[in-house]
Amino acid sequence: MESEATKILDEVTQGDYKYGFVTEIETEFAPTGLSEDTVRYISAKKNEPEFLLQFRLKAYRHWLTMSQPEWAHLKIDPINFQDIIFYAAPKKKKELSSLDEVDPELLATFNKLGISLDEQKKLTGVASVAVDAVIDSVSVKTTFSETLSKHGIIFCSFSEAVQNHPDLVKQYMGSVVPYTDNYFAALNSAVFSDGSFCYIPKGVRCPMELSTYFRINAANTGQFERTLIVAEEGAYVSYMEGCTAPQRDENQLHAAIVEIVAMKDAEVKYSTVQNWYPGDKNGIGGIYNFVTKRGICKGSHSKISWTQVETGSAITWKYPSCILLGDNSVGEFYSVAVTNNHQQADTGTKMMHLGKNTRSTIISKGISAGKSNNSYRGLVRISKNAANSRNYSQCDSLLLGAKCGAHTYPYIQVDNRSSIVEHEATTSKISEDQLFYCQQRGISAESAIGLIVNGYAKEVLKQLPMEFAVEAQKLLSISLEGSVG
Amino acid sequence: MLLQIKNLHASINGKEILKGVDLDVREGEVHAIMGPNGTGKSTLASVIAGREVFEVTAGEILYKGKDLHKLSIEDRAREGIFLGFQYPVEIPGVSITNFMRTAVNEIRKFKGLDPLPGGDFLRLMEEKKRLVEITSNLTNRSVNEGFSGGEKKKNEIFQMAMLEPVLAILDETDSGLDIDALRIVANGVNKLRRPDNAFVVITHYQRLLDYIIPDFVHVLFEGRIVKSGGKELALELEEKGYDWIKKEQE
Repeated sequence: MESEATKILDEVTQGDYKYGFVTEIETEFAPTGLSEDTVRYISAKKNEPEFLLQFRLKAYRHWLTMSQPEWAHLKIDPINFQDIIFYAAPKKKKELSSLDEVDPELLATFNKLGISLDEQKKLTGVASVAVDAVIDSVSVKTTFSETLSKHGIIFCSFSEAVQNHPDLVKQYMGSVVPYTDNYFAALNSAVFSDGSFCYIPKGVRCPMELSTYFRINAANTGQFERTLIVAEEGAYVSYMEGCTAPQRDENQLHAAIVEIVAMKDAEVKYSTVQNWYPGDKNGIGGIYNFVTKRGICKGSHSKISWTQVETGSAITWKYPSCILLGDNSVGEFYSVAVTNNHQQADTGTKMMHLGKNTRSTIISKGISAGKSNNSYRGLVRISKNAANSRNYSQCDSLLLGAKCGAHTYPYIQVDNRSSIVEHEATTSKISEDQLFYCQQRGISAESAIGLIVNGYAKEVLKQLPMEFAVEAQKLLSISLEGSVG
Repeated sequence: MLLQIKNLHASINGKEILKGVDLDVREGEVHAIMGPNGTGKSTLASVIAGREVFEVTAGEILYKGKDLHKLSIEDRAREGIFLGFQYPVEIPGVSITNFMRTAVNEIRKFKGLDPLPGGDFLRLMEEKKRLVEITSNLTNRSVNEGFSGGEKKKNEIFQMAMLEPVLAILDETDSGLDIDALRIVANGVNKLRRPDNAFVVITHYQRLLDYIIPDFVHVLFEGRIVKSGGKELALELEEKGYDWIKKEQE
């Protein structure tokens, strides 16, 4: 009985990665390897102010004193940082002008990925989404910047922000994730190349979804981007992030930082659909996704909400977190993490309750197939001063097949008597009965698994903006294609 | 002939359950299969639907003249075989609407038809809900999740109405139902009866047959059909009990 269900699961989860193509573009590279010279090279390339170069160098020197963390439930082959190219930028063609500043080849690449960089091409009935498109180490185009600036909103690449708004960058960069935070944060702080910057002024509700699309294209290259979102008092923004990479036999490193600052009454909703190349069926290739994401609810009644759908990457190491400093502030974490074949994921969140009456919600749904390993790791810490705080955590694991693993590591620390913490966890399987029931209604095994998995993840998927939800649902089914067996 | 079962033997984990079943079902007919617990009634239903845990060791099942053995579970369903489950399984987070839309459209695709447009699908749902007397909030809920026994069975009948099968097998759909639910289930079947489809109703008790009048009644005992007759056979069984059959077999 078990073997039959297993066979179907195997068949369904052996699908192919749909974004594995490479674009032929002329690219400028930094010399391979990492040294102070590499750091200076990147800073010079970007014509950065002195303070930023100093920040990078401090980070680099600190990084040299650190070693790669080993506490995660992950098996990571050693990374040789001297084999990685830390900066790769598509060369600009001189004859191009205005909107067509972007190489048509790049536009075509993003079109192929389903991302429109053309502001005119608005589908009727679909709300427009402002996009910052990042390829390898640089942002190639940010749409709707002008429209947004009428509201006082700054939405641009990190590099532009450094040039045009250095004071804001200086004030907030590293304020949530200091370069000393962890090994990969230090590395990113030394060599980060681009990313998105977003500033919503006081009382402004951002009129459209903002998004960044990250694409790794060049071989042997790492991507180290940095995103900084600042929402001033009473501001609101919903931000989405997507990512893909070509299919390659070697592992590629992606070590990013995302920082969010929410002032009094501000709300930031951050959604991710992570679909980096996961490696092949035998575990060859794929992206190492080592990301530090953290937001601080600085003011009272502020709110930060993380929603993530993680289907890609060979290894994911990522814990989008909230520091709930302001009284009555709210942190949320909704996650669906799918691992298939030989993928490994160790992901979760940290909720640090510092202010009074702070609340947090954690809903984590892990789905494991093939020979993969999927871990939830979470920390809920309620400090002495965070009186009357509450946390609710729910961690569910769904196993497809008998060779995969699901693990849950919840850490809870409560330092006052007035707070309440709840934790629920379940582990389940797609049963042969469920498959048979669906198939008996004429639904193929593959669709049945898509249906069951989407049903299981529904609580999280419904948190995603409309534009993302449909894509995420399809992605969940595709990621498990060929996993039924 | 719609369904022809010849000398069917089937086993699970090496244990033989069906030991030579013969059964002929024509379009427009309603057959009732009765018998004591554990004699293979549900196994017969599962084997016709193609459940892989059961191994067919001998004999054959012809459906519309074709050998069913070659068809997958889903293709059998797409060809018009419907199984009303004795214990319908829960699928959390999947609404009945979404479940049925997926099923209807996969069946349409199999027949070379385009997916049913959203509006048409919802109209079809409303029509079928009225037919089987189902309240609207049932279809907004996840498939069978938190349903009472009666709701689960009504949901099976609703799905049957939606998929308009050619051959519907109802596996003890009456078990655990109160009189009202039983009436709704039976009415559903009676309204869906047509000259070009057929029903095989598996039941332990005669009670359901007060509402669904069968053309034929068969008694399945120890893996074989040991007695067949008209609807009066059901009454005789009710009166004499299954011991009578057992004694006759000895």
